[in-house]
Amino acid sequence: MKILYPLIFLLVTFFFIGPIVLSFVASMTPSSEFYDYSKIFPSKLTLDHINKLLFTLGGLRALFVSVQVALVAIGVSFLFGIPAGYAIARYIFPGRDTVKLVMLFTRSIPLIVVSVALVTTYIRLNLADTVLGVALAHAAMILPFIVIITSSIFSSVFVEYEEAGMVFGLSRFGAFLRITLPLALPGLAASAIYAFIMSWNEVFAASVLSIQNRTLPAHILSTAMASPDYFKYAMATVMAVPALLFIFIIRKYLVSIWGISLN
Amino acid sequence: MGDLSPTLFMNKQTIYYLTVLKGMMTLTRKTHLTPWLLIAPSIIYLTIFIAIPILGTVKLAFESPEGIFGNFKLLLSSKDFQNALLNTLMLAAIVIPIQLTLSILLAMLVNRKFSGYRTLIFIITAPLALSDITAGLISYSIFAPNGYLNRFLIAMNMIERPIYFFGYMFKSREFLIVVLTEIWRATPLVFIMILAGLQSINKEYIEAAEVFGFNAWQRTWKITLPLLRPAILSALLIRTLFAFQLFGVVWILAGRDIQVLAGETYYWYVFRNNRNVASAYALIIAVLTFVVGWLYVKTIRSKHLEEGA
Repeated sequence: MKILYPLIFLLVTFFFIGPIVLSFVASMTPSSEFYDYSKIFPSKLTLDHINKLLFTLGGLRALFVSVQVALVAIGVSFLFGIPAGYAIARYIFPGRDTVKLVMLFTRSIPLIVVSVALVTTYIRLNLADTVLGVALAHAAMILPFIVIITSSIFSSVFVEYEEAGMVFGLSRFGAFLRITLPLALPGLAASAIYAFIMSWNEVFAASVLSIQNRTLPAHILSTAMASPDYFKYAMATVMAVPALLFIFIIRKYLVSIWGISLN
Repeated sequence: MGDLSPTLFMNKQTIYYLTVLKGMMTLTRKTHLTPWLLIAPSIIYLTIFIAIPILGTVKLAFESPEGIFGNFKLLLSSKDFQNALLNTLMLAAIVIPIQLTLSILLAMLVNRKFSGYRTLIFIITAPLALSDITAGLISYSIFAPNGYLNRFLIAMNMIERPIYFFGYMFKSREFLIVVLTEIWRATPLVFIMILAGLQSINKEYIEAAEVFGFNAWQRTWKITLPLLRPAILSALLIRTLFAFQLFGVVWILAGRDIQVLAGETYYWYVFRNNRNVASAYALIIAVLTFVVGWLYVKTIRSKHLEEGA
Protein backbone atom coordinates (compact mmCIF):
# COMPACT_ATOMS: atom_id res chain seq x y z
CA MET A 1 0.00 0.00 0.00
CA LYS A 2 2.85 2.39 0.82
CA ILE A 3 4.26 2.06 -2.69
CA LEU A 4 0.85 2.72 -4.16
CA TYR A 5 0.46 6.18 -2.63
CA PRO A 6 2.89 8.03 -4.90
CA LEU A 7 1.29 6.37 -7.90
CA ILE A 8 -2.24 7.33 -6.85
CA PHE A 9 -0.98 10.80 -5.99
CA LEU A 10 0.39 11.25 -9.50
CA LEU A 11 -2.73 9.83 -11.12
CA VAL A 12 -5.09 12.05 -9.11
CA THR A 13 -2.90 15.09 -9.76
CA PHE A 14 -2.82 14.38 -13.47
CA PHE A 15 -6.58 13.96 -13.62
CA PHE A 16 -7.52 17.11 -11.71
CA ILE A 17 -4.70 19.53 -12.57
CA GLY A 18 -3.47 18.13 -15.87
CA PRO A 19 -6.24 19.56 -18.07
CA ILE A 20 -5.85 23.01 -16.48
CA VAL A 21 -2.10 23.09 -17.10
CA LEU A 22 -2.51 21.79 -20.64
CA SER A 23 -5.08 24.45 -21.48
CA PHE A 24 -2.68 27.10 -20.10
CA VAL A 25 -0.03 25.78 -22.47
CA ALA A 26 -2.55 25.78 -25.31
CA SER A 27 -3.40 29.41 -24.60
CA MET A 28 0.29 30.30 -24.97
CA THR A 29 0.99 28.25 -28.07
CA PRO A 30 1.98 30.41 -31.08
CA SER A 31 -0.77 30.34 -33.70
CA SER A 32 1.67 29.04 -36.31
CA GLU A 33 2.09 25.81 -34.34
CA PHE A 34 -1.58 25.27 -33.66
CA TYR A 35 -2.30 22.89 -36.47
CA ASP A 36 1.13 21.30 -36.58
CA TYR A 37 0.53 17.75 -35.46
CA SER A 38 4.19 16.76 -35.52
CA LYS A 39 4.75 17.82 -31.93
CA ILE A 40 2.63 17.68 -28.83
CA PHE A 41 4.03 20.72 -27.07
CA PRO A 42 4.96 24.05 -28.66
CA SER A 43 8.60 25.02 -29.17
CA LYS A 44 8.02 28.35 -27.43
CA LEU A 45 5.31 30.07 -25.42
CA THR A 46 3.75 33.43 -26.19
CA LEU A 47 1.36 35.78 -24.42
CA ASP A 48 0.06 37.12 -27.75
CA HIS A 49 -3.37 35.54 -27.57
CA ILE A 50 -4.00 36.60 -24.00
CA ASN A 51 -2.84 40.14 -24.78
CA LYS A 52 -5.06 40.35 -27.84
CA LEU A 53 -8.01 38.97 -25.94
CA LEU A 54 -7.57 41.53 -23.17
CA PHE A 55 -6.54 44.62 -25.08
CA THR A 56 -8.06 44.28 -28.55
CA LEU A 57 -11.10 42.08 -28.09
CA GLY A 58 -12.68 43.81 -25.09
CA GLY A 59 -11.56 41.27 -22.53
CA LEU A 60 -10.11 43.82 -20.14
CA ARG A 61 -13.29 45.86 -20.10
CA ALA A 62 -15.34 42.74 -19.40
CA LEU A 63 -12.88 41.81 -16.67
CA PHE A 64 -13.39 45.20 -15.03
CA VAL A 65 -17.16 44.76 -15.23
CA SER A 66 -16.78 41.34 -13.62
CA VAL A 67 -14.72 42.75 -10.76
CA GLN A 68 -17.17 45.61 -10.21
CA VAL A 69 -20.13 43.23 -10.21
CA ALA A 70 -18.43 40.89 -7.75
CA LEU A 71 -17.40 43.69 -5.37
CA VAL A 72 -20.84 45.30 -5.31
CA ALA A 73 -22.46 41.87 -4.90
CA ILE A 74 -20.17 41.03 -1.98
CA GLY A 75 -20.81 44.44 -0.41
CA VAL A 76 -24.58 44.15 -0.65
CA SER A 77 -24.76 40.53 0.48
CA PHE A 78 -22.47 41.17 3.47
CA LEU A 79 -24.40 44.30 4.44
CA PHE A 80 -27.63 42.29 4.58
CA GLY A 81 -26.20 38.90 5.46
CA ILE A 82 -23.98 39.66 8.46
CA PRO A 83 -26.77 40.98 10.73
CA ALA A 84 -28.94 38.00 9.81
CA GLY A 85 -26.09 35.55 10.37
CA TYR A 86 -25.36 37.18 13.72
CA ALA A 87 -29.00 37.00 14.77
CA ILE A 88 -29.19 33.30 13.96
CA ALA A 89 -25.95 32.63 15.82
CA ARG A 90 -26.65 34.63 18.96
CA TYR A 91 -30.39 34.68 19.58
CA ILE A 92 -32.78 31.86 20.23
CA PHE A 93 -36.20 32.91 19.06
CA PRO A 94 -39.29 31.25 17.66
CA GLY A 95 -38.84 30.68 13.94
CA ARG A 96 -35.05 30.52 14.08
CA ASP A 97 -34.87 27.06 12.52
CA THR A 98 -37.38 28.07 9.89
CA VAL A 99 -35.21 31.04 8.90
CA LYS A 100 -32.22 28.73 8.58
CA LEU A 101 -34.15 26.29 6.44
CA VAL A 102 -35.51 29.11 4.27
CA MET A 103 -31.94 30.27 3.68
CA LEU A 104 -30.80 26.74 2.80
CA PHE A 105 -33.75 26.38 0.46
CA THR A 106 -33.19 29.75 -1.19
CA ARG A 107 -29.52 28.93 -1.69
CA SER A 108 -30.58 26.02 -3.86
CA ILE A 109 -32.68 28.15 -6.22
CA PRO A 110 -30.60 28.92 -9.31
CA LEU A 111 -30.57 32.38 -10.90
CA ILE A 112 -31.68 30.73 -14.15
CA VAL A 113 -35.15 30.52 -12.65
CA VAL A 114 -35.44 34.27 -12.02
CA SER A 115 -33.21 35.88 -14.67
CA VAL A 116 -35.74 36.27 -17.48
CA ALA A 117 -38.40 37.64 -15.15
CA LEU A 118 -35.87 40.03 -13.59
CA VAL A 119 -35.34 41.66 -17.00
CA THR A 120 -38.92 42.95 -16.94
CA THR A 121 -38.50 44.31 -13.42
CA TYR A 122 -35.16 45.87 -14.34
CA ILE A 123 -36.61 47.71 -17.33
CA ARG A 124 -39.12 49.31 -14.97
CA LEU A 125 -36.40 50.19 -12.45
CA ASN A 126 -33.96 51.47 -15.08
CA LEU A 127 -31.55 48.70 -14.08
CA ALA A 128 -31.62 46.85 -17.39
CA ASP A 129 -28.18 46.34 -18.88
CA THR A 130 -26.36 47.94 -15.95
CA VAL A 131 -23.49 46.73 -13.82
CA LEU A 132 -25.60 47.37 -10.72
CA GLY A 133 -28.42 45.20 -12.06
CA VAL A 134 -26.19 42.17 -12.53
CA ALA A 135 -24.53 42.83 -9.16
CA LEU A 136 -27.88 42.93 -7.33
CA ALA A 137 -28.89 39.62 -8.90
CA HIS A 138 -25.55 38.09 -7.90
CA ALA A 139 -26.03 39.47 -4.39
CA ALA A 140 -29.33 37.56 -4.24
CA MET A 141 -27.46 34.40 -5.22
CA ILE A 142 -24.74 34.98 -2.62
CA LEU A 143 -26.88 36.28 0.27
CA PRO A 144 -28.35 32.98 1.58
CA PHE A 145 -24.88 31.48 1.45
CA ILE A 146 -23.47 34.39 3.47
CA VAL A 147 -26.24 34.18 6.07
CA ILE A 148 -25.61 30.47 6.63
CA ILE A 149 -21.83 30.73 6.68
CA THR A 150 -21.63 33.83 8.88
CA SER A 151 -24.03 32.32 11.39
CA SER A 152 -21.64 29.38 11.67
CA ILE A 153 -18.62 31.65 11.95
CA PHE A 154 -20.21 33.80 14.65
CA SER A 155 -21.36 30.84 16.68
CA SER A 156 -17.82 29.49 16.66
CA VAL A 157 -16.68 32.72 18.35
CA PHE A 158 -17.42 32.17 22.03
CA VAL A 159 -20.30 34.23 23.27
CA GLU A 160 -18.43 34.64 26.60
CA TYR A 161 -15.93 37.00 25.00
CA GLU A 162 -18.76 39.19 23.90
CA GLU A 163 -20.48 39.01 27.29
CA ALA A 164 -17.21 39.91 28.98
CA GLY A 165 -16.90 42.98 26.76
CA MET A 166 -20.41 43.98 27.73
CA VAL A 167 -19.60 43.53 31.42
CA PHE A 168 -16.78 46.01 30.89
CA GLY A 169 -19.21 48.55 29.51
CA LEU A 170 -19.45 47.93 25.80
CA SER A 171 -22.86 48.02 24.18
CA ARG A 172 -24.00 44.90 22.37
CA PHE A 173 -23.16 46.49 19.04
CA GLY A 174 -19.85 47.71 20.44
CA ALA A 175 -19.04 44.22 21.66
CA PHE A 176 -19.86 42.84 18.24
CA LEU A 177 -17.71 45.45 16.52
CA ARG A 178 -14.72 45.27 18.88
CA ILE A 179 -14.70 41.61 19.84
CA THR A 180 -16.70 39.25 17.66
CA LEU A 181 -15.99 40.87 14.32
CA PRO A 182 -12.19 40.87 14.63
CA LEU A 183 -12.24 37.24 15.82
CA ALA A 184 -14.49 36.27 12.93
CA LEU A 185 -12.47 38.21 10.38
CA PRO A 186 -10.42 35.38 8.83
CA GLY A 187 -13.55 33.31 8.28
CA LEU A 188 -15.42 36.30 6.89
CA ALA A 189 -12.56 37.08 4.53
CA ALA A 190 -12.57 33.50 3.29
CA SER A 191 -16.32 33.67 2.67
CA ALA A 192 -15.90 36.97 0.84
CA ILE A 193 -13.33 35.36 -1.44
CA TYR A 194 -15.59 32.41 -2.01
CA ALA A 195 -18.42 34.81 -2.80
CA PHE A 196 -16.14 36.55 -5.27
CA ILE A 197 -15.53 33.26 -7.07
CA MET A 198 -19.28 32.55 -7.14
CA SER A 199 -19.98 35.89 -8.81
CA TRP A 200 -16.90 35.72 -11.07
CA ASN A 201 -18.08 32.36 -12.42
CA GLU A 202 -21.80 33.06 -12.79
CA VAL A 203 -22.72 33.21 -16.44
CA PHE A 204 -26.45 32.73 -17.00
CA ALA A 205 -27.90 35.76 -15.23
CA ALA A 206 -24.99 37.92 -16.38
CA SER A 207 -25.71 36.98 -20.01
CA VAL A 208 -29.43 37.53 -19.77
CA LEU A 209 -29.33 40.76 -17.74
CA SER A 210 -26.73 42.64 -19.74
CA ILE A 211 -25.89 43.30 -23.37
CA GLN A 212 -23.48 46.23 -23.40
CA ASN A 213 -21.92 45.80 -19.98
CA ARG A 214 -21.11 42.12 -20.11
CA THR A 215 -19.12 40.38 -17.41
CA LEU A 216 -16.18 38.28 -18.51
CA PRO A 217 -17.97 34.91 -18.59
CA ALA A 218 -20.95 36.47 -20.40
CA HIS A 219 -18.56 38.07 -22.89
CA ILE A 220 -16.87 34.71 -23.41
CA LEU A 221 -20.15 32.85 -23.79
CA SER A 222 -21.27 35.18 -26.55
CA THR A 223 -17.94 35.23 -28.41
CA ALA A 224 -16.28 31.85 -27.80
CA MET A 225 -18.13 29.92 -30.51
CA ALA A 226 -16.97 32.28 -33.25
CA SER A 227 -13.39 32.63 -31.97
CA PRO A 228 -10.32 30.73 -33.18
CA ASP A 229 -9.22 27.96 -30.83
CA TYR A 230 -6.30 29.88 -29.34
CA PHE A 231 -8.62 32.64 -28.17
CA LYS A 232 -10.88 30.05 -26.56
CA TYR A 233 -7.96 28.79 -24.51
CA ALA A 234 -6.83 32.34 -23.74
CA MET A 235 -10.35 32.97 -22.39
CA ALA A 236 -10.08 29.86 -20.21
CA THR A 237 -6.73 31.04 -18.85
CA VAL A 238 -7.95 34.55 -18.06
CA MET A 239 -10.99 33.12 -16.27
CA ALA A 240 -9.11 30.37 -14.43
CA VAL A 241 -5.99 32.10 -13.10
CA PRO A 242 -7.63 34.56 -10.66
CA ALA A 243 -10.13 31.97 -9.46
CA LEU A 244 -7.41 29.36 -8.87
CA LEU A 245 -5.36 31.93 -6.98
CA PHE A 246 -8.32 32.73 -4.74
CA ILE A 247 -9.12 29.08 -4.12
CA PHE A 248 -5.48 28.61 -3.17
CA ILE A 249 -5.71 31.44 -0.63
CA ILE A 250 -8.80 30.01 1.05
CA ARG A 251 -7.82 26.33 0.68
CA LYS A 252 -7.78 25.81 4.46
CA TYR A 253 -11.33 27.08 4.76
CA LEU A 254 -12.91 25.07 1.97
CA VAL A 255 -13.70 22.05 4.10
CA SER A 256 -15.31 24.22 6.75
CA ILE A 257 -17.18 26.39 4.21
CA TRP A 258 -18.86 23.37 2.70
CA GLY A 259 -18.84 21.32 5.85
CA ILE A 260 -20.50 24.07 7.82
CA SER A 261 -23.10 24.87 5.23
CA LEU A 262 -24.12 21.22 5.29
CA ASN A 263 -25.71 21.96 8.59
CA MET B 1 -26.97 21.48 18.94
CA GLY B 2 -27.50 23.68 15.99
CA ASP B 3 -24.04 24.29 14.66
CA LEU B 4 -21.65 21.82 13.18
CA SER B 5 -18.67 24.12 13.19
CA PRO B 6 -17.57 23.74 16.80
CA THR B 7 -17.82 19.95 16.50
CA LEU B 8 -14.83 20.14 14.24
CA PHE B 9 -12.79 21.57 17.04
CA MET B 10 -14.31 20.41 20.32
CA ASN B 11 -15.70 17.28 21.89
CA LYS B 12 -19.38 16.70 22.45
CA GLN B 13 -19.39 17.43 26.16
CA THR B 14 -17.86 20.88 25.84
CA ILE B 15 -20.38 21.74 23.19
CA TYR B 16 -23.18 20.51 25.41
CA TYR B 17 -22.16 22.79 28.26
CA LEU B 18 -21.66 25.70 25.91
CA THR B 19 -25.08 25.17 24.41
CA VAL B 20 -26.72 25.06 27.80
CA LEU B 21 -24.86 28.19 28.85
CA LYS B 22 -25.77 29.97 25.65
CA GLY B 23 -29.38 28.89 26.08
CA MET B 24 -29.54 30.26 29.64
CA MET B 25 -28.05 33.57 28.61
CA THR B 26 -30.36 33.94 25.69
CA LEU B 27 -33.42 33.02 27.70
CA THR B 28 -32.79 35.96 29.98
CA ARG B 29 -33.22 38.22 27.00
CA LYS B 30 -36.97 38.07 26.62
CA THR B 31 -37.29 40.23 23.55
CA HIS B 32 -37.66 38.49 20.20
CA LEU B 33 -37.78 41.72 18.26
CA THR B 34 -34.03 42.30 17.83
CA PRO B 35 -33.24 39.09 15.89
CA TRP B 36 -36.12 39.69 13.53
CA LEU B 37 -34.99 43.27 12.93
CA LEU B 38 -31.57 41.91 12.03
CA ILE B 39 -32.99 39.23 9.75
CA ALA B 40 -35.69 41.33 8.09
CA PRO B 41 -33.39 43.10 5.55
CA SER B 42 -32.20 39.74 4.17
CA ILE B 43 -35.72 38.37 3.95
CA ILE B 44 -36.94 41.52 2.20
CA TYR B 45 -34.00 41.45 -0.21
CA LEU B 46 -34.59 37.81 -1.11
CA THR B 47 -38.31 38.48 -1.50
CA ILE B 48 -37.61 41.26 -4.00
CA PHE B 49 -34.90 39.47 -5.96
CA ILE B 50 -35.93 35.81 -5.72
CA ALA B 51 -39.54 35.31 -4.60
CA ILE B 52 -41.25 38.04 -6.63
CA PRO B 53 -39.25 37.24 -9.80
CA ILE B 54 -40.29 33.58 -9.44
CA LEU B 55 -43.90 34.76 -9.49
CA GLY B 56 -42.91 36.79 -12.55
CA THR B 57 -41.55 33.63 -14.15
CA VAL B 58 -44.84 31.87 -13.44
CA LYS B 59 -46.79 34.77 -14.97
CA LEU B 60 -44.61 34.86 -18.09
CA ALA B 61 -44.74 31.08 -18.48
CA PHE B 62 -48.53 31.11 -18.56
CA GLU B 63 -48.72 34.05 -20.95
CA SER B 64 -49.20 33.00 -24.55
CA PRO B 65 -51.33 33.90 -27.57
CA GLU B 66 -52.79 30.36 -27.43
CA GLY B 67 -54.37 30.51 -23.99
CA ILE B 68 -52.77 30.05 -20.59
CA PHE B 69 -51.31 26.62 -21.28
CA GLY B 70 -50.12 27.61 -24.75
CA ASN B 71 -46.42 27.54 -23.89
CA PHE B 72 -46.64 24.23 -22.12
CA LYS B 73 -48.61 22.67 -24.98
CA LEU B 74 -45.81 23.82 -27.25
CA LEU B 75 -43.21 22.34 -24.93
CA LEU B 76 -44.89 19.00 -24.43
CA SER B 77 -45.38 18.49 -28.13
CA SER B 78 -41.81 19.48 -29.05
CA LYS B 79 -39.00 17.02 -29.49
CA ASP B 80 -36.61 19.70 -28.14
CA PHE B 81 -38.27 19.72 -24.75
CA GLN B 82 -38.35 15.94 -24.47
CA ASN B 83 -34.68 15.81 -25.40
CA ALA B 84 -33.79 18.57 -22.97
CA LEU B 85 -35.60 16.92 -20.06
CA LEU B 86 -34.24 13.50 -20.91
CA ASN B 87 -30.67 14.72 -21.37
CA THR B 88 -30.72 16.73 -18.14
CA LEU B 89 -31.99 13.75 -16.15
CA MET B 90 -29.76 11.26 -17.94
CA LEU B 91 -26.62 13.34 -17.40
CA ALA B 92 -27.50 13.60 -13.72
CA ALA B 93 -28.14 9.86 -13.49
CA ILE B 94 -24.81 8.99 -15.09
CA VAL B 95 -22.58 11.67 -13.61
CA ILE B 96 -23.72 11.77 -9.98
CA PRO B 97 -23.16 8.11 -8.99
CA ILE B 98 -19.68 8.20 -10.52
CA GLN B 99 -18.87 11.43 -8.72
CA LEU B 100 -20.13 10.06 -5.44
CA THR B 101 -18.10 6.85 -5.67
CA LEU B 102 -14.99 8.73 -6.75
CA SER B 103 -15.43 11.30 -3.98
CA ILE B 104 -15.87 8.70 -1.25
CA LEU B 105 -12.77 6.83 -2.43
CA LEU B 106 -10.72 10.03 -2.65
CA ALA B 107 -11.95 11.34 0.70
CA MET B 108 -11.07 8.06 2.41
CA LEU B 109 -7.67 8.11 0.75
CA VAL B 110 -6.95 11.67 1.83
CA ASN B 111 -8.26 10.98 5.32
CA ARG B 112 -5.43 8.49 5.85
CA LYS B 113 -3.28 11.60 6.22
CA PHE B 114 -0.22 10.27 4.46
CA SER B 115 2.52 12.81 3.82
CA GLY B 116 1.42 15.40 1.30
CA TYR B 117 -2.29 14.82 1.83
CA ARG B 118 -2.90 18.55 2.26
CA THR B 119 -1.39 19.21 -1.13
CA LEU B 120 -3.60 16.50 -2.57
CA ILE B 121 -6.71 18.13 -1.09
CA PHE B 122 -5.79 21.37 -2.81
CA ILE B 123 -5.10 19.59 -6.08
CA ILE B 124 -8.44 17.79 -6.02
CA THR B 125 -10.32 20.96 -5.15
CA ALA B 126 -8.64 23.11 -7.83
CA PRO B 127 -11.45 22.59 -10.41
CA LEU B 128 -13.86 23.99 -7.81
CA ALA B 129 -12.51 27.41 -8.79
CA LEU B 130 -13.53 27.02 -12.40
CA SER B 131 -16.78 28.20 -13.89
CA ASP B 132 -18.74 25.84 -16.07
CA ILE B 133 -17.75 27.64 -19.27
CA THR B 134 -14.07 27.64 -18.27
CA ALA B 135 -14.31 23.91 -17.63
CA GLY B 136 -15.89 23.49 -21.06
CA LEU B 137 -13.10 25.42 -22.75
CA ILE B 138 -10.39 23.50 -20.88
CA SER B 139 -12.00 20.22 -21.83
CA TYR B 140 -12.08 21.43 -25.43
CA SER B 141 -8.30 21.96 -25.34
CA ILE B 142 -7.96 18.22 -24.65
CA PHE B 143 -10.55 16.78 -27.01
CA ALA B 144 -10.55 19.27 -29.92
CA PRO B 145 -9.45 17.91 -33.32
CA ASN B 146 -6.10 19.62 -32.70
CA GLY B 147 -6.33 19.06 -28.95
CA TYR B 148 -3.85 17.24 -26.76
CA LEU B 149 -5.47 13.83 -26.96
CA ASN B 150 -5.29 13.77 -30.74
CA ARG B 151 -1.79 15.27 -30.78
CA PHE B 152 -0.63 12.63 -28.36
CA LEU B 153 -2.21 9.76 -30.27
CA ILE B 154 -0.80 11.01 -33.57
CA ALA B 155 2.66 11.54 -32.11
CA MET B 156 2.52 7.97 -30.76
CA ASN B 157 1.55 6.77 -34.24
CA MET B 158 -1.61 5.23 -32.84
CA ILE B 159 -3.89 7.08 -35.24
CA GLU B 160 -3.31 8.77 -38.61
CA ARG B 161 -6.03 11.39 -38.58
CA PRO B 162 -7.54 13.15 -35.59
CA ILE B 163 -10.59 11.65 -33.93
CA TYR B 164 -13.53 14.05 -33.94
CA PHE B 165 -15.42 14.39 -30.70
CA PHE B 166 -17.51 17.42 -31.53
CA GLY B 167 -20.13 18.30 -34.09
CA TYR B 168 -23.65 17.28 -34.93
CA MET B 169 -22.43 14.04 -36.50
CA PHE B 170 -20.84 12.83 -33.28
CA LYS B 171 -23.57 13.39 -30.72
CA SER B 172 -22.83 10.32 -28.63
CA ARG B 173 -19.13 11.26 -28.45
CA GLU B 174 -20.11 14.79 -27.44
CA PHE B 175 -22.29 13.30 -24.74
CA LEU B 176 -19.37 11.26 -23.46
CA ILE B 177 -17.13 14.33 -23.34
CA VAL B 178 -19.80 16.30 -21.46
CA VAL B 179 -20.06 13.45 -18.94
CA LEU B 180 -16.27 13.36 -18.50
CA THR B 181 -16.05 17.13 -18.14
CA GLU B 182 -18.85 17.21 -15.58
CA ILE B 183 -17.22 14.44 -13.56
CA TRP B 184 -13.96 16.35 -13.65
CA ARG B 185 -15.46 19.74 -12.84
CA ALA B 186 -17.96 18.88 -10.12
CA THR B 187 -16.39 15.94 -8.29
CA PRO B 188 -14.36 18.37 -6.12
CA LEU B 189 -17.54 19.80 -4.60
CA VAL B 190 -18.85 16.36 -3.68
CA PHE B 191 -15.40 15.41 -2.44
CA ILE B 192 -15.21 18.42 -0.12
CA MET B 193 -18.63 17.67 1.37
CA ILE B 194 -17.81 14.01 1.93
CA LEU B 195 -14.43 14.92 3.41
CA ALA B 196 -16.13 17.34 5.81
CA GLY B 197 -18.44 14.53 6.88
CA LEU B 198 -15.57 12.12 7.24
CA GLN B 199 -13.55 14.50 9.38
CA SER B 200 -16.45 15.03 11.75
CA ILE B 201 -16.72 11.30 12.48
CA ASN B 202 -15.50 10.59 15.98
CA LYS B 203 -12.28 8.57 15.78
CA GLU B 204 -13.30 6.61 18.88
CA TYR B 205 -15.95 4.66 16.99
CA ILE B 206 -13.35 3.41 14.57
CA GLU B 207 -10.87 2.66 17.33
CA ALA B 208 -13.57 0.73 19.17
CA ALA B 209 -14.27 -1.31 16.08
CA GLU B 210 -10.56 -2.02 15.81
CA VAL B 211 -10.51 -3.25 19.41
CA PHE B 212 -13.37 -5.61 18.59
CA GLY B 213 -11.32 -7.06 15.77
CA PHE B 214 -13.00 -5.53 12.73
CA ASN B 215 -10.71 -5.51 9.74
CA ALA B 216 -10.31 -2.44 7.51
CA TRP B 217 -12.95 -3.63 5.07
CA GLN B 218 -15.52 -4.22 7.84
CA ARG B 219 -14.68 -0.92 9.48
CA THR B 220 -15.40 0.87 6.22
CA TRP B 221 -18.70 -0.87 5.52
CA LYS B 222 -20.05 -1.23 9.05
CA ILE B 223 -18.80 1.96 10.73
CA THR B 224 -17.53 4.67 8.42
CA LEU B 225 -20.08 4.50 5.61
CA PRO B 226 -23.17 4.36 7.87
CA LEU B 227 -21.83 7.30 9.88
CA LEU B 228 -21.14 9.12 6.64
CA ARG B 229 -24.73 8.72 5.49
CA PRO B 230 -25.92 12.25 6.30
CA ALA B 231 -22.97 13.79 4.44
CA ILE B 232 -23.52 11.50 1.47
CA LEU B 233 -27.22 12.32 1.40
CA SER B 234 -26.59 16.07 1.53
CA ALA B 235 -23.93 15.89 -1.17
CA LEU B 236 -26.25 13.80 -3.32
CA LEU B 237 -29.13 16.26 -3.03
CA ILE B 238 -26.97 19.36 -3.58
CA ARG B 239 -25.38 17.78 -6.62
CA THR B 240 -28.80 16.86 -8.00
CA LEU B 241 -29.91 20.47 -7.54
CA PHE B 242 -26.85 21.67 -9.44
CA ALA B 243 -27.48 19.12 -12.18
CA PHE B 244 -30.70 20.90 -13.15
CA GLN B 245 -28.67 24.08 -13.72
CA LEU B 246 -26.25 22.35 -16.08
CA PHE B 247 -25.59 24.88 -18.80
CA GLY B 248 -22.10 26.23 -19.51
CA VAL B 249 -20.26 22.98 -20.11
CA VAL B 250 -22.88 21.71 -22.52
CA TRP B 251 -23.31 25.04 -24.28
CA ILE B 252 -19.58 25.49 -24.89
CA LEU B 253 -18.88 21.90 -25.93
CA ALA B 254 -22.00 20.87 -27.77
CA GLY B 255 -24.21 23.93 -28.25
CA ARG B 256 -27.71 22.67 -28.90
CA ASP B 257 -26.57 19.29 -30.18
CA ILE B 258 -27.19 18.13 -26.66
CA GLN B 259 -30.21 19.99 -25.40
CA VAL B 260 -30.58 20.60 -21.67
CA LEU B 261 -33.24 22.54 -19.78
CA ALA B 262 -31.08 25.54 -18.86
CA GLY B 263 -29.61 25.64 -22.37
CA GLU B 264 -33.10 25.76 -23.87
CA THR B 265 -34.06 28.58 -21.51
CA TYR B 266 -31.03 30.53 -22.75
CA TYR B 267 -31.73 29.65 -26.38
CA TRP B 268 -35.38 30.73 -26.28
CA TYR B 269 -34.58 33.98 -24.54
CA VAL B 270 -31.41 35.06 -26.37
CA PHE B 271 -31.83 33.57 -29.84
CA ARG B 272 -35.60 33.32 -30.26
CA ASN B 273 -36.37 36.40 -28.22
CA ASN B 274 -39.29 34.63 -26.61
CA ARG B 275 -39.36 35.23 -22.89
CA ASN B 276 -42.57 33.29 -22.43
CA VAL B 277 -41.26 29.96 -23.67
CA ALA B 278 -37.95 30.70 -21.90
CA SER B 279 -39.92 31.23 -18.68
CA ALA B 280 -41.81 27.97 -19.21
CA TYR B 281 -38.46 26.18 -19.32
CA ALA B 282 -37.24 28.13 -16.29
CA LEU B 283 -40.41 27.18 -14.43
CA ILE B 284 -39.78 23.50 -15.08
CA ILE B 285 -36.26 23.89 -13.67
CA ALA B 286 -37.82 25.69 -10.70
CA VAL B 287 -40.30 22.87 -10.06
CA LEU B 288 -37.55 20.24 -10.21
CA THR B 289 -35.43 22.39 -7.89
CA PHE B 290 -38.29 22.84 -5.43
CA VAL B 291 -38.95 19.11 -5.23
CA VAL B 292 -35.32 18.19 -4.60
CA GLY B 293 -34.72 21.29 -2.46
CA TRP B 294 -37.68 20.37 -0.29
CA LEU B 295 -36.28 16.85 0.13
CA TYR B 296 -32.94 18.39 1.06
CA VAL B 297 -34.42 20.68 3.67
CA LYS B 298 -36.48 17.80 5.05
CA THR B 299 -33.39 15.60 5.36
CA ILE B 300 -31.49 18.33 7.14
CA ARG B 301 -34.39 18.92 9.45
CA SER B 302 -34.72 15.25 10.41
CA LYS B 303 -30.96 15.06 10.95
CA HIS B 304 -31.36 18.09 13.16
CA LEU B 305 -34.06 16.39 15.24
CA GLU B 306 -32.12 13.14 15.52
CA GLU B 307 -29.30 15.05 17.11
CA GLY B 308 -31.77 16.47 19.60
CA ALA B 309 -31.68 20.11 18.65
